[in-house]
Amino acid sequence: MNGLIEVEQLQTFYVLEYLGKKKTIKAVNDVTLSIPENVIYGIAGESGCGKTTLLKALFASIEPPLQLFGGKVSYLIKNNFIDALSLNGKEKRELRWSYISYIPQGSMSVFNPVKKLKVTYLDFLESHVRGKAGRELLSLARQHLEQLGLSPQVLDAFPHQLSGGMRQRIAIALSALLKPQVILADEPTTALDVVAQRAVLQLMRDIQQEIKNTIVLVTHDMGIHANITTCMAIMYAGKIVEVGPTQEIFSNPLHPYTKFLIHSLPRIGDKMPKKSVPGAPPSLLNPPSGCPFHPRCPEISDFCQDKVPDLNNSTQNHKVACWLRRESCDCNS
Amino acid sequence: MTAILKARNLTKIYSLGGLFSRTKITAVDRVSFSVQPAEIFTLAGESGCGKTTTARMILGFEYPTAGELLYENQNLVELRDKKAWFKKVQAVFQNPFETFNPLRKVEDYFFETIQNFRLDKSMKKAEELIEEKLQAVGLSLCDIAGKYPGELSGGQLQRASIARSLLTNPSLLIADEPVSMVDASLRMSVVNLFRKMSDSFRVSVIYITHDLATAYYISDRIAIMFRGNIVEIGPVDQVLENPKHPYTKLLIESIPQPDPQIPEKVPIKILEEKEEYLRKGCKFSGRCPEVQNICKQQIPEDISLNGTVVKCHLYQK
Repeated sequence: MNGLIEVEQLQTFYVLEYLGKKKTIKAVNDVTLSIPENVIYGIAGESGCGKTTLLKALFASIEPPLQLFGGKVSYLIKNNFIDALSLNGKEKRELRWSYISYIPQGSMSVFNPVKKLKVTYLDFLESHVRGKAGRELLSLARQHLEQLGLSPQVLDAFPHQLSGGMRQRIAIALSALLKPQVILADEPTTALDVVAQRAVLQLMRDIQQEIKNTIVLVTHDMGIHANITTCMAIMYAGKIVEVGPTQEIFSNPLHPYTKFLIHSLPRIGDKMPKKSVPGAPPSLLNPPSGCPFHPRCPEISDFCQDKVPDLNNSTQNHKVACWLRRESCDCNS
Repeated sequence: MTAILKARNLTKIYSLGGLFSRTKITAVDRVSFSVQPAEIFTLAGESGCGKTTTARMILGFEYPTAGELLYENQNLVELRDKKAWFKKVQAVFQNPFETFNPLRKVEDYFFETIQNFRLDKSMKKAEELIEEKLQAVGLSLCDIAGKYPGELSGGQLQRASIARSLLTNPSLLIADEPVSMVDASLRMSVVNLFRKMSDSFRVSVIYITHDLATAYYISDRIAIMFRGNIVEIGPVDQVLENPKHPYTKLLIESIPQPDPQIPEKVPIKILEEKEEYLRKGCKFSGRCPEVQNICKQQIPEDISLNGTVVKCHLYQK
């Protein structure tokens, strides 16, 4: 174990009861991950593949209907591993925002729409920084924004007065306020246009370089992963199907799903017809047997329908969960 | 070829603020373009650049403050028969999960459209028509029969939305960010459809997006909008492979390229929308890397440069 956050065989399912019938949605199904220190770590996958649920588990926020069915999430704090999922409410509250913070999806709903932004900032500071008066805290917040190249005047604005990109950057700045070791970012750039997106990514990169922490970035946009992450994991139907350094995943994708994701991206200067993945994403209520990708996979073999492939090393860091890459990983690269 | 839709000096002014402090924002400022039959025309730009307002005016949701919109030489503002207009122009919206009411079956929308426009009299014929249009987008009636929007994937739903818009045999489709809410793995299936629509059904498409990569992939001509103005317009290959306006260059550079080898980008600054709308002179002068003195005082004119039209002082002779 050498990561900052270690996830071992995590299983968290949503349990719903409808008309007396129980339904389980296997959102995170047997995930093992090791998130290293001082990197931007990307998690890619389409909507409904369990990325947000995985982030919730990483944030140790498993609340009904989400239930833990097995596995462990541990944080490295001062060279000790702490089991995050067994912490009680008070201990979790102490870790949050000072050790681990979270940027939720949709900046519109992060801030209270009837309060000025400084009220939200003060809320956070007052509950985490002891022994300082309101004015000192406010100047702390101003300093923080200035350091990140944002105008401190926005603190006097209401959320609706800012553009989507600006609001998102203020939300990100808020998450970095207490210089946490880990920042979890859930789709921070969806619904933003390319220019605002670029500014948001730039801010995240600046924050990472300044406090040398780990940012876990969840997005379905492979272009963003290529741009700012150093390592990444690809998720499909509640499972991790490929993990590795971003450069290697892009230059030599091994899983058929990853290949589709990368090759279906249009680029300027290339008018070749592109194809998207055939079929539809699986339902997590009733995931396919064996490899979850087999109903859509163009390279299906005999094993795929019956047995679930586990993550296997192809090279030292690059792992893939696919039967095809099992024996042939040496000759196929 | 005669254009099927022409916009001439199209302008929309919104006023903001209370009774005493009103500011006028020109959301669309003297925009002119034309759409040819069976052409995919892209309106691109960042959010708040006026592209959706333009689309809303074409769809008749919003009246232009000035200027005119001509559909086959008829002025849309004077058009009384809205229904005939909607038979020819149909829209595909951004989020398929919001297009359809989650408590209504998807097929109901198809039958309702047929009823509204009195396209077919018998149930059997209506079903045949629906099947035909669904086949065109790669679905079939059995796929959607009896299903609610939540039971279909985003890609399927967006394709169903396109099939519904095709029921009336429109000659123009307005697609407002049709793929931004669709999963990356299914995005190309929707984008490819628009190409097919224009090739095999001779439907013109106005494709509104901020994603220049898909715009390059499917469209024939492109107009780049910035704060209400079209700053560059021309054939897509010329505009995107050889951009002239500094804003077009910025947009192209900002696309996250799916290639980790590309070096980090230069930091950019972003200004608030309102500030830029109220700017005198060229609206982009606040963050233009090649800004000159004249840009801050005078609004540039449209300059033709072999095939493309650019609104920039740099190219003034």
